[in-house]
Amino acid sequence: MIPWIGQPLPRFEDPPLLTGEGRFVADLTRDASFLRFVRSPVAHGRIVSIEAPGRITAFTADDLRQVRPIRPLLHRPDFHPIEQPVLASGKVRFVGEPVAVVVARTPEEAEDAAEQVFVEIEPQDPVVSAPDALRPGAPTVHDHLEDNVVVDARFETEGVDEVFAGAAVVVEFDLRSQRQNALPLEARGSVASYDPRSGRTTLTASVQSPHVIRTILADLLGIPESDLRVVVPDVGGAFGQKFCLAPEDVVTAWVARRLRTTVSWVEDRRENLMSSFHSRDHHYRVRGAFDRDARLLAVDADLLCNIGAYSCYPVTCGVEPLMALAEFPGPYDFRTYRVRSRGITTNTCPMAPYRGVSRPVITLAMERLMDLAAVRFGIEPAEIRRGNLVSEFPYSSATGLVYDEGSYVESLDRAVEEIGLEDFRDRQAAARSEGRYLGVGISVFSERTGYGTSAFAARSMDVTPGYETVDLAMDPSGNVEVRLGASPHGQGLETTLAQLIGDELGVEPARVRVVHSDTDRTPYGWGTFASRSLVIAGGAARLASDRLRAKLAAIASAELEAAPEDIVIRAGRATVAGTDAGIDVSELARLAYHSSHRLAGGMDPGLTATATYDPAGTFSNACHVAAVEVDPETGGVRVDRFVVVEDAGRLINPMIVDGQLHGGVTQGIAGALYEEIRYDSEGNILTTSLMDFLPPTLAEVPTIEVHHLETISDATITGAKGLGEGGTIGAPAAIINAVADALRPLGVEVAEVPATPSRLRRLVSESERIPA
Amino acid sequence: MTERTRVEVELTVNGRSHRVRVEPRRTLADALRDDCGLTGTHLGCEHGVCGACTILADGEPVRSCLMFAVQCEGMDLRTVEDLADGDRLHPIQQAFWENHGLQCGFCTPGFLMLSAGYLAQNPDPDEEELRAVLSSNLCRCTGYQNILKAVRQAAEVMRG
Amino acid sequence: MAPGYYTPAFMKPAPFDYHQARSVAEAVAHLGEYGYEAKILAGGQSLVPAMNFRLARPAVLVDINPLDELDYLEEDGDTLRIGAMVRHVTFERPVTEGPTGRLLAMAAHHVGHLPIRVRGTFGGSLAHADPAAEWCVIALLLDAELATRSPSGGRDIPAADFFQTVFTTALEPEELLVEARLPNLAPHTRIGFQQFSRRAGDFALTMAAVALEADDGPVANARIALGGVSDRPVRAGEAEQALEGQPATDESFRAAAEIAAQEFDAIGDIHGSADYRRDLVRALTRRALEQAIST
Repeated sequence: MIPWIGQPLPRFEDPPLLTGEGRFVADLTRDASFLRFVRSPVAHGRIVSIEAPGRITAFTADDLRQVRPIRPLLHRPDFHPIEQPVLASGKVRFVGEPVAVVVARTPEEAEDAAEQVFVEIEPQDPVVSAPDALRPGAPTVHDHLEDNVVVDARFETEGVDEVFAGAAVVVEFDLRSQRQNALPLEARGSVASYDPRSGRTTLTASVQSPHVIRTILADLLGIPESDLRVVVPDVGGAFGQKFCLAPEDVVTAWVARRLRTTVSWVEDRRENLMSSFHSRDHHYRVRGAFDRDARLLAVDADLLCNIGAYSCYPVTCGVEPLMALAEFPGPYDFRTYRVRSRGITTNTCPMAPYRGVSRPVITLAMERLMDLAAVRFGIEPAEIRRGNLVSEFPYSSATGLVYDEGSYVESLDRAVEEIGLEDFRDRQAAARSEGRYLGVGISVFSERTGYGTSAFAARSMDVTPGYETVDLAMDPSGNVEVRLGASPHGQGLETTLAQLIGDELGVEPARVRVVHSDTDRTPYGWGTFASRSLVIAGGAARLASDRLRAKLAAIASAELEAAPEDIVIRAGRATVAGTDAGIDVSELARLAYHSSHRLAGGMDPGLTATATYDPAGTFSNACHVAAVEVDPETGGVRVDRFVVVEDAGRLINPMIVDGQLHGGVTQGIAGALYEEIRYDSEGNILTTSLMDFLPPTLAEVPTIEVHHLETISDATITGAKGLGEGGTIGAPAAIINAVADALRPLGVEVAEVPATPSRLRRLVSESERIPA
Repeated sequence: MTERTRVEVELTVNGRSHRVRVEPRRTLADALRDDCGLTGTHLGCEHGVCGACTILADGEPVRSCLMFAVQCEGMDLRTVEDLADGDRLHPIQQAFWENHGLQCGFCTPGFLMLSAGYLAQNPDPDEEELRAVLSSNLCRCTGYQNILKAVRQAAEVMRG
Repeated sequence: MAPGYYTPAFMKPAPFDYHQARSVAEAVAHLGEYGYEAKILAGGQSLVPAMNFRLARPAVLVDINPLDELDYLEEDGDTLRIGAMVRHVTFERPVTEGPTGRLLAMAAHHVGHLPIRVRGTFGGSLAHADPAAEWCVIALLLDAELATRSPSGGRDIPAADFFQTVFTTALEPEELLVEARLPNLAPHTRIGFQQFSRRAGDFALTMAAVALEADDGPVANARIALGGVSDRPVRAGEAEQALEGQPATDESFRAAAEIAAQEFDAIGDIHGSADYRRDLVRALTRRALEQAIST
């Protein structure tokens, strides 16, 4: 099957996972004691005392005085650092915050022990929502700050007010996105093991970035990195929630060192919902100015992001507000832009990146703007988009982002064709006369992916991610081992990299072993997040393969007495182009190790290569179209169809690509209609079970129809663009626009996600136009 | 801590007897994983919603997080480790592989056992029934599209 | 002194002693001995999650799963007798000819998901008394009699007296629910069952079960039972009365549904306010009546 690139190859990752041989953190606790965290039941208060019966092994912040607090940094004047002790010290700042930790022999006994730890807390008034936290005189979450604003970023081009003053139409609206939890099906956890012989500690953890976690662990514990090893076993989903440092992992490593033993922390679902990272808790006020031809001239946006009680390492609590600020314009061409984007700290669980980061919400905002304007102009939503989408490349946005070549208009046209828009409008009209409410919604968006150091540096991050390094070695048998700093966990990178490398080196993908997720065995790298691994680690693998291939060609050229540029390596053989003369790649490999005296002068023995890739980034694009029916009496929404036209450049493994889109879209549907973390006004979390926080089942998800465009840009060396987040970014806007389209005859607007049945029913019942 | 009362329980898992000493409060899922060493059965919520812990008890798919090990003496318990025949994957496993029915793989054992239990009694389900049954469990990665496809294919293969 | 607190979240049960009952008499004897400290373990599909959260922490668990003597279905004249240990899945196909079996089958498909239905039991669901549980609503709709055994004998409790408030029944601590007796609906009775839940298999936000006779004339023997709207399953008595003797038309159904919607102080929770639940009662009652008359 040459080339391997483009083949829907079944994944090499799968057989152990199918047979119960997967090894996740909770499967590795055989020799471990069990930790249980005592968590704060109070949103805000001063810790007066913590008492544990003497027979219990318990630790508090007093015991961990040598451990530094987590203090993520951005170097910019509009950012105010806040810090988090790994166990609450002095104050508690959200319900679920770890206050103490106990150690026991079984998970049940650990809970018994935790239950006996008594925490005396002097409660203080909490702030729960971002608007509450902004009120004058509101309690402050962090006493060293004057208020609760920890990020206050602004951007403004010239002449905003003038453009609005001269606009033919100004559209203005509010948008509220409720809070979500990324909800990997495996919650977080780690096993820490201290080895008294070497003095080293191994943390086996369900994380996305083993090298970065090792660095921060070493920093916080005050020990050299070489005393730590971080290993990532199978990971049961992450979606961003396992990218940032869990304070519990630091405590787990600390306890193992303190007790000189092996201990484990296995987060349960309630803890995960309560204390693991949340996201997407935003309030927006948006204005758009249009000329009389429905051209978008300017956007003015005020964005509030509730970042919770603490800042997440390494990306900081700036990640949502700053991404919202920079990428708000999305795929639309307008030059005049003013935005203020604030991160507000509150007495709620901290925020961290979740698939899409701010883009599901800013895409929803831009796509609502387009639909609201289309209604004002009396034109089809597709038409207003066509007139405003970016169509010449490279395109430089109002905030200075450079879009490589994409297919924004083409994806829109194709998606509208696939959904059969004209027929749908006829059916919609007929249904309305029967009192049924059908709607169609469009979402066009760009997805910035595979961005390297330069992009992260623009955020002034103290810890600036970006590059990936790949070490490649062909062993004497001709098999290939690839070691990388990225840390795939379900994305199928072992398979796609094997396909890439297989084509380059002329070996079967099955002979390429991908080694990752172990700091002892892999080069420093940033991990798997931000739709980057195939682009960046794949690019590095391609570069390393080129180098190795060049060496193979050089050896072959000497053996075959031909010029190196005439050597073709394919299907396990190196041949001289246009002749039958050739030699097996495995023979070249053997020679490189065992007959190095035959190598040309100056050539090192062996077959290894290392390469680093650090691209500026590339934009995927897509159009999603949803068709829904809203039941006006119950407020229920049924998604009848969901069409995706995706352009992610060259597809390495189309089956894996489609899987990413299916899962992404489903998480987007979840955000649009189902999932919502709720707090009461005292900061008590109300959604700590899967009977309250509602990930959709198959019954709530329609068939997802996926179509591809393949625009190959020169922004990446493989031609591939990232796409891990796109499904989640685009789907909420398509769904909400469809719901709004369905309810338009009632004269109501959908301004809040998730659009739950009770919210939609309230809109309907408050409508002045009573449904038929 | 004082020693809690443990009781001896004989569990028959995948045709093999496991004598374990557990507290009465130990769930079947925990007993399978920690006492029998069969960690293919996963825990995703421990309150009966996600279905990652689904196994077969006397042929029926059940949530093993909602049963206690002490209840299960004499039951024929089957876990994902029992599905393949040596190196030969069960048709459902094979179909999940060929159709990319898994990504992170955490929910997979639960879906496999749910499907195995259901198809054994309903070899020729229609689309609506299949969707209803597969909505028993949660998957966070696949959007269920390829799980549905895989089980549909497996049903065909198993009918022969 | 500042207030003191304990950690808020658990996922493994608190310790308990376990007794496996080999007969109803033995189960009842355990209940007599331990009283409030004991809980019956039937299917466990609601009890065990509550125990895992440590929201329920019985000191003693009396397992009645081995009691085959409680796993039976019998037609006794006009009465369907359901042993407490009959699993939900049994009702997926009609267990008896006529409207009663069909109604049970309609409801059965909404009880959780397949793995829940193969374990959960009819009696366990009644004794758990979730206000949105299908069997509780059906028992009330059909004026079921619930038979108990206790160390002092036993009694029959009408469904109307059995459900008291959320998760609370008329069962005394030493009393075991052994059987539900459902008077069969007359053969020509028409039935409807409608519910609305956030996701497939979730407990319904609200449900409506109806039965009525209306062959060629006005509505007779109208019954409407609702779940999820109050602290227990309820009969919409005023709506039933309003329907009695009326023609089976859209207008009378609409009027009855409106009455049903106003009949109760509806409850609200994070999934929907009291007003929203009234809206659901209105819609689901009307739809259940329409369903009854059109099938």
